Amino acid sequence: MKNNIVKDGSTKKRASRLTLGPLFFHWPAEKRRDFYFRIADEAAFDCVYLGEVVCSKRESFFEEFLPVVADRLRAAGKEVIVSTLALVTSERERRAIESHAAAGGLIEANDVACLQALQKSAHIIGPFINVFNEGARDFLVRNNAARIVLPVETPAHSIGVIAKKKNVEIEVMVFGRQPLAVAMRCYHARAHGLTKDSCQFVCSLNADGLPVDTLDGQRILTINGTQTMAHGYVVLLNELAQLQKMSISHFRLSPQNVDMVGVARVYRSVLDKNIVPEEAMLQLKTLTRGVPFVNGFFHAREGLAWVEDNRKVAS
Amino acid sequence: MTSSYLELVCPAGTPAALRTAIDAGADTVYCGFRDCTNARNYPGLNFDQDEMAEGVAYAHERGRKVLVAINTFPRAGDEKPWHQAVDNAANAGADAVILADLGVLDYATRRHPSLRRHLSVQASAANALSVQFYRDHFDVKRVVLPRVLSVEDVASLIQETGMETEVFAFGSVGPMSEGRCFLSSYITGLSPTSEGACAPASHVAYKKEGGCTKSCLGNVTLNQFGKDEPAAYPTPCKGRYMALDHSSYLFEEPIGLNAIDILPQLKAAGVTALKIEGRQRSRAYVAQVVSAFRKALDGLALGIAPTVANDLKQIAEGGQETFGAYKKGWR
Repeated sequence: MKNNIVKDGSTKKRASRLTLGPLFFHWPAEKRRDFYFRIADEAAFDCVYLGEVVCSKRESFFEEFLPVVADRLRAAGKEVIVSTLALVTSERERRAIESHAAAGGLIEANDVACLQALQKSAHIIGPFINVFNEGARDFLVRNNAARIVLPVETPAHSIGVIAKKKNVEIEVMVFGRQPLAVAMRCYHARAHGLTKDSCQFVCSLNADGLPVDTLDGQRILTINGTQTMAHGYVVLLNELAQLQKMSISHFRLSPQNVDMVGVARVYRSVLDKNIVPEEAMLQLKTLTRGVPFVNGFFHAREGLAWVEDNRKVAS
Repeated sequence: MTSSYLELVCPAGTPAALRTAIDAGADTVYCGFRDCTNARNYPGLNFDQDEMAEGVAYAHERGRKVLVAINTFPRAGDEKPWHQAVDNAANAGADAVILADLGVLDYATRRHPSLRRHLSVQASAANALSVQFYRDHFDVKRVVLPRVLSVEDVASLIQETGMETEVFAFGSVGPMSEGRCFLSSYITGLSPTSEGACAPASHVAYKKEGGCTKSCLGNVTLNQFGKDEPAAYPTPCKGRYMALDHSSYLFEEPIGLNAIDILPQLKAAGVTALKIEGRQRSRAYVAQVVSAFRKALDGLALGIAPTVANDLKQIAEGGQETFGAYKKGWR
């Protein structure tokens, strides 16, 4: 579509940036390092978010690899952002937030604590800070937010309203398991009869999260440590053109234990109008091993719903 | 600020419950308008503007206070009802508004600078930095702390910030960080954050199936009960699920928070106010809980440890009690 080519003649690719959100799962450090190396070398992302969002107990595992991973991503021309914890409670977590803020790089704030530590330095508002309306957006922009990643629950109409003002970049998650709740308690540990303090890092046993079924066998949720996620992957492929029309600048894929290089290729192709969403959907299905797709929140429905073709739905 | 007096803040889901709570010894009641601007937007509850003004008058005549909860998050393009609610609370003479959304906080700060602002638990401010942020930007005077902190966490937060805090003492235990839980909307499509109703009754069904009862929210079974078991209300975080091949209350048992036995510790931590949850509960419930806490607090003020016979147990959720996150090991 012509209206996605910006005036200075730059390509559509630059208008619609593809981002890799922070890894929510607790993968072994080497697996995580190699994953990012491959992302740096092969994947079509413009921006990669690193950093631990779910549990501060996991932070030390990947620390030694962070600099080398960040360097490799930057060398590949990707913007690197450090994402921070979604729920900050302890003194140690607070110090970690302050040291991220002091480091001077661009960071994604996922708890309001981070905004206090940043003292108005430019930053990105992550999806765990509630921005559901223009009042919250305007306040945060005045507080020097450069980009806002909208909460996963935000429906299309609200996305349109919030993205209307062009003084801030807006990012929407378009692939992966949507985080539904943050807690202090570790449900992964609890499912294993342990507590957060004695967790034995059982969350590392499930590279794509621990599946949760209802008593009558409906697969419904995914547990990832203190985080509760949807079972299905959100897939907003049919909706990408609509989001581009709303001037969404950044499109987030959340890392799952699948071929994310392949997933990035599919989304990039649709953003660039090189393939149609129907074709992309078939390609994505072969990459995602039978995990169902959801898109209900976008369509103002229950989040677990799948709305087949949004072009039949009034926008 | 460390206070020698623990203020008792009680729920008023209706004008009648407001009078009941005050007559039973509440220092302060909190309530909301009858719309999506408050987090207990259930049928038959809440106040219109006249009722709010009457409620404030009833409280003020007796030297008590009224807080108005406007603690949901406005929908984009539809902020008016929330702004109107803040204006209405100011006009009704409320002693403070309890807010969560950054935009609504910003509005109230600019339009009603002299109207006292409290930070709702829905804002999920669980650390000193967050508390300071809300204080610095919106001159928030009191923070309602999320139910995720231990007594030690509460004490150090108060010490560091010097802020007035209000903590939950009785009622539901929400295991998730408040204001950021999308489980109910994931299942029903209705958002607790912007519509104010978690697990709305309109989406609840109890289905009899082969001798058992399934309690369902939307199209999702959240629990199953035998013939003689009472079927619990299907709230997503209190449901029974299958994980690792066994069924369990994965998030939290159907259990109620009761901190009556740790009031001295909360007082020593420097807490300003104790909050009783339950605007959706009956007047009888309100009367019973408020009276018990009044008695315990009056005893505490005289230096007597709370010895209230724990007859609150029978009205706690599921007939079971917990100290929740206040006690280490809960998490």
